[in-house]
Formats: sequence, structure tokens, C-alpha cells
Amino acid sequence: MDQRLVAVVDYGMGNLRSVSKAAEHMADAQTRVIVTQDPQVIHNADAVIFPGQGAARACMQALENTGMIEPIKRAAQEKPFLGICMGLQVLMSHSDENGGVDCLNIIPGKVTQFDLSSYPELKMPHMGWNQIHQTQDHPLWHAIPQDSRFYYVHSYYVVPENPSTLFGETTHGQTFPAVLSTHNLFAIQAHPEKSAEHGLQLFKNFLSWNGH
Amino acid sequence: MSLAKRIIPCLDVDNGRVVKGVQFVDIRDAGNPVEVAKRYDEQGADEITFLDISATHEGRGTTIHMVEEVASQVFIPLTVGGGIRKVEDIRTMLNAGADKVSINSAAIYNPEFVKEACDAFGSQCIVVAIDAKKVSAEGEPNRWEIFTHGGRKETGIDAIEWALKMESLGAGELLVTSMDKDGTKSGFDNALMKEITSRVKIPVIASGGVGNLQHLVDGVKEGGAEAVLAASIFHFGQHTVQEAKQAMAEQNIEVRL
Repeated sequence: MDQRLVAVVDYGMGNLRSVSKAAEHMADAQTRVIVTQDPQVIHNADAVIFPGQGAARACMQALENTGMIEPIKRAAQEKPFLGICMGLQVLMSHSDENGGVDCLNIIPGKVTQFDLSSYPELKMPHMGWNQIHQTQDHPLWHAIPQDSRFYYVHSYYVVPENPSTLFGETTHGQTFPAVLSTHNLFAIQAHPEKSAEHGLQLFKNFLSWNGH
Repeated sequence: MSLAKRIIPCLDVDNGRVVKGVQFVDIRDAGNPVEVAKRYDEQGADEITFLDISATHEGRGTTIHMVEEVASQVFIPLTVGGGIRKVEDIRTMLNAGADKVSINSAAIYNPEFVKEACDAFGSQCIVVAIDAKKVSAEGEPNRWEIFTHGGRKETGIDAIEWALKMESLGAGELLVTSMDKDGTKSGFDNALMKEITSRVKIPVIASGGVGNLQHLVDGVKEGGAEAVLAASIFHFGQHTVQEAKQAMAEQNIEVRL
């Protein structure tokens, strides 16, 4: 049987090891997960995982420095693509973080900061286990119960222009878009690699997803 | 539907083995870190914290391998503290698979280190550990100061002011341990916890003194903690994490069940 190659994009920003270990843990014998900085490997891969942590400006800078912008834009059009945390946020057009940063503009919309002024008891960053309400069916939700808890750590959230891209939402004071999907792309604000059995199930679903 | 309060088992690690010092004297071995971490993951632990108490360079090397091994088998957040002094130490632990590091005495010697760490890796992975001891006399208004060396060495730094300073330098979370309570099994110092949780915006993990499940509940309800940390009640089979969560849920605290 043909081997399936899954590329975890390494641009120096993120918990790559955790992400690749979780994917490897759920991969079958025909699937090879590799962490890569090589645009050619991303181009050849059957599926791409795009993690990320840290601040928006640093992430965009790191993507530029490593020559990853074009390969990621291409992969996001062509093959099963999983964005995680900052790997969701930088897909948007623009982020308000760091005084304003232009992002990849793959999903039209912006990234903005929580406003918890009406919720003095809530803490920031939004850190810990919160529920994802699945707002539309999706192959990546397979065997993940409605309102399952995933692990989060972030202070900004995405606001897509097109509401039909919304596949999951979470509430921390305000209800915010937690999962966006278009065609072959699925991107999640939470950390499935740190979300125990439901997170691992999401990886399993992604690894068997053909992008449709 | 909202954020769950977290339960965090803490594993003191020396040369790659889990130990727990009761008031830092009576060290008992609670087992292999990977096995223990897996057991807690299965019980529903929300996070696991490793505190490396190894005194030697070799001991630290063993801890790095241990973190690698745990991180490849346990898929919940892992925090590593103990001996984190340089940006390079943080990078090593994150590369080994830790999600957060906890900085303690290095922050006291050089508070700017916290800012440097947050700038390099993001606030989300920087926890500042605060070891506080009550210094006010009976009848005086409560006052706590920071102590180092397991509570033996005073610094003269006010604990509340320190917490605010660490927040302003970018810390993503505070791990607050009462050195008066640690090892006593008499519950958290909830007056200390409340004083801090009511004044910072970042999440606070309460630590030091858990002897029963009600203490965990009290840390959330009275102390205002986002997360509660305990060691010996879990290590020696007194309670499972699942039982702890049920006790919290019965008292209307939102938990991940």
C-alpha cells in the first residue's frame, strides 16, 4: 500500500513536538508524520498540519523568514490542512495583536482581543478546558460528542467575514468562533494535541480525511 | 457552558523518579513518572506539573528524558519547574515536550528574566511560582512575603506586590504555594489565594496544604483559584482525580468529567 505523508510545518513557533507526537500516536502503519521546514516536502505531502504559538507578528515574521508563506498558501488550497491555535489565527486577513499585523488572508476576517470588561470574574488568557459547540456537521467531528471539552490557551480570537465558515464555537464570557473550515481546510483555536481522547480523535479523523 | 476549573497533580521528580517531601523532610517514593502521569491522565487530570528537585546536572539530564517520554505518551498539558534559570533551560524543556515552564527563584534574582522568557516563548508557556509565607503577627492585617529555599530563606518581598509585578512582566499564570501550609494537609491558605486572585487578571493555581477533597473545593470557592494543585492525596491512592472532580461537581464547580 502507498505510504501517506503528513507534514507538520516547522517555522520555529510552536509546540511542534507535541503536535507531531499526537499525530504519530494516531497514525496507522501507512502514514508517516514528519516535521519539516522544506517547501518541497510540504508540496509533496498528502496532508499538512500547521501549528503555532506565540504572538502574531513573530509568527508572520517567522513564516516569512523560513520562506513558508507561499507553500502554506498553496497547501491550504490543495490538500487536507489542519491549523491549530496561531495556525488558525494567521490564516485570517488581519490581526489586532501587536498593534496590527497583516496575516495570510486565506480566510477573510480578523483576529481580535477578548473584551472581558463585563465579566470581571473571568481570567485572561483563556486557559484551560472549555466546551466546543459544533455548529455544523463535519467529518472531523466524527466520534467527538457535542460540547466536548478541549484545552485552550489564548487571548485573541478569530472573526470570519463569512458565517458559513463557522463549525464550532466556545464561550468565555462572550461566545467566540472556535473552529473554522472551508473545503479542505479545518482550523481550530484549541490544542487538540493537549486535549486527551477527544483531541486524539480529531487527529485520527484528520489523518483519514480526504479533504471533502 | 464555560471554562472548567482544573485539577493538577504535581509530581516532585528527583533523578527521574517521583518523590514527595512532606515539609521537605520525609521523602517517599511514589513511582515511575511515566506510569504515574499515565495513571493521572486516565483518571482525568487536567494537567500535570513536574517539579524537578534534582540537585545535580546528571539528575536534570534524566528529567529532560523523562519529559520526552511522558510527552510522547500523555496528551494533556505538562508543566515543568525547578532549576529553570536561563532562556536556554526553557527552550530545552519545551523542545522535550513541556507546554509550560514554571519559574521560581530565577524571577527573584532577576525579574526581567520573566519578561525575557515571555518575549521569547509567549506568555502562554510562562508560569511564575510564588512561595509565600505569612509574616504578619496575630491581630495584624494579613501580610505575606516571598521565601526561597523551600521556605527557609526570606527575601523581604511582599507577595501580593510580587504577584502584580509578575503579571505586568507578562507571566501567563501564577502558581501560588503557601509555605505555611505546604505538607500540613490542613488546606490552602485561602486568604492568601483570595488576596491574589482578586487582584490579578491571569489565572492562579492554588498550591500547598491539600489533605482532603473539600480543600480542593475551598481553593476554588474561597480562594478564587482557577486551578488546584495537589500531590500526596493522589500519589498514595487516598483519592483519584476522578473522585476529586466529582466532589467539586457536587458543589457546583464546573469541571471536565
